[in-house]
Amino acid sequence: MNKESPIISLKNIEYTYEKKTVLKNVNFDLTKGSFVGLLGPNGGGKTTLIKIILGMLSPMKGSLTLFNKPAESFKDWNKIGFVSQKSNSFNKGFPATVFEVVSAGLTSKIGYFKFFNKKDKQKVLDAIKSVNMSEYTYENIGNLSGGQQQRVFIARALVSEPELLILDEPTVGIDYENVHRFYELLHELNKYKGITLLLVTHDTGTMTKYATDIVCLNKTLHFHGKPDEFESLTEKEMSTFYGHPVNIVTHDH
Amino acid sequence: MLADLLEFNFLRQTFLTGLLIGIIAPLLGTFIVVRRLSLIADALSHVTLAGIAFGLFIEKKFSFTLLPPIYSGLVFSVVGSIFIEKLRHVYKAYQEIAIPIILSGGVGLSVIFIALADGFNTELMNFLFGSASAVSKTDFYTILTISIFVVVIIFLFYKELFTLSFDEEHAKVSGIHAKQIHLLFIILTALVIAASIQIVGVLLVSALMTLPVAASMRIAKGFKQMMFLSILFGEIAVIIGLISGYYLNIPPGGTIVVVSIIILLLSIGYKRIFVTKTKVGATV
Ligand SMILES: Nc1ncnc2c1ncn2[C@@H]1O[C@H](COP(=O)(O)OP(=O)(O)OP(=O)(O)O)[C@@H](O)[C@H]1O
Ligand SMILES: [Mg+2]
Repeated sequence: MNKESPIISLKNIEYTYEKKTVLKNVNFDLTKGSFVGLLGPNGGGKTTLIKIILGMLSPMKGSLTLFNKPAESFKDWNKIGFVSQKSNSFNKGFPATVFEVVSAGLTSKIGYFKFFNKKDKQKVLDAIKSVNMSEYTYENIGNLSGGQQQRVFIARALVSEPELLILDEPTVGIDYENVHRFYELLHELNKYKGITLLLVTHDTGTMTKYATDIVCLNKTLHFHGKPDEFESLTEKEMSTFYGHPVNIVTHDH
Repeated sequence: MLADLLEFNFLRQTFLTGLLIGIIAPLLGTFIVVRRLSLIADALSHVTLAGIAFGLFIEKKFSFTLLPPIYSGLVFSVVGSIFIEKLRHVYKAYQEIAIPIILSGGVGLSVIFIALADGFNTELMNFLFGSASAVSKTDFYTILTISIFVVVIIFLFYKELFTLSFDEEHAKVSGIHAKQIHLLFIILTALVIAASIQIVGVLLVSALMTLPVAASMRIAKGFKQMMFLSILFGEIAVIIGLISGYYLNIPPGGTIVVVSIIILLLSIGYKRIFVTKTKVGATV
């Protein structure tokens, strides 16, 4: 595959819930190896766009290409890892251990009629370790705090070593130390393993530090460029797509 | 006592059948409970009753056996399960409405076939509350085949079923064929219900699928452990229930369920004591 060819390509995407048009004329290419921060106000359509990419919703208009294949004929879903915005909506009483939950991330990759082996087990343990949850490996997921659960779901997405990882506000509810650790982890995955990342967040400051590209979505794309270009946007330009004045909080790490 | 029970051939078949359903009912029950589908099991058992009543009606009226009633029950149950899935699709936003539709449909049909077959008889009574003496050789082999099939399929699809049960959205996004796996699962449920009815009866079959799971859920660490504990509790309930039912001359459905409830209460008590103990330990 040509290194420059986009692994996701969206053309003229339009999406309407009942009567409300949430996305219109969205054009966007995701380059292999990039780390894209998707920003935008609440209700800007970020989650909707991700659901379209993941095939959970089909757009009213436009076309979508995944790994050079039209979305309709795309089958390699295990190339894409996903951490959803509301992972915490699962049934709390479900008696599954952290190990079992993270193993579920390999189900599709292992494939039908094949079984979990020693190598898979090691991958699961490594993924749990990478989110700093090893001491809870055999604990029931329901007994963990919200932030700890979210880290387990991140491990579940990482375990299958996806080529593209899509994360919808994955750090909500995670404490400062682990957010920092998590961004470092993403940075390593991106830099050394070449995993392409698409991350939705409201944490603009951190994003400009780690991302290779910033995209701003509010119904349509208002900005697509490098973090430094984003930072040099004037307040006026910024408020046109947020619909209200904004302050960028810069973090000094 | 156990040796006595095993002496008679027909009773040995009943006993072995009990052991089989003591495995498969809680095995499937584990998935049913975590997916909150317990009521579907109830609906399907009533559809199975309609099938059995239909079989008995054909037998009485035309005095020929088209199929033993367990087979007509099986057919109704599987068709009912597919129908539930269709209905759940039609009423996407109100999926649970499929359950009362199927349940009342099952009861309605049962009433009609029972009336047409000139009312209640002991055979029907056996199917309602279970029976410790009614398992024929053919029935035994049918149930054995179903059990092997169910265990093999669960073994083959364990990781997909687990993934789907834990987080349906994640399963779909990761490319698992959620719809097909779910359909397979519902059909397995229908098979297990039809197989279990001889021993525990229509009215109590869902209890054997859910009570052992409810008990193990409170104390198990992890899903696999819960599955094995559920089967253990299911077997204990079936063995004690069948033997006591036989000697006390009570339909085993009743005794099996009562033993299951005792196990459930014990597990709740165990957890209480255990939790209190650790609390005391922590303050020392
Ligand atoms: N299932 C739905 N039915 C109807 N409208 C919806 C539905 N889901 C989202 N919307 C609407 O679509 C718009 C975009 O929602 P979306 O969840 O994509 O926003 P978002 O950018 O992810 O916001 P946030 O930052 O709050 O997560 C919102 O105005 C929302 O009200
Ligand atoms: Mg969102």
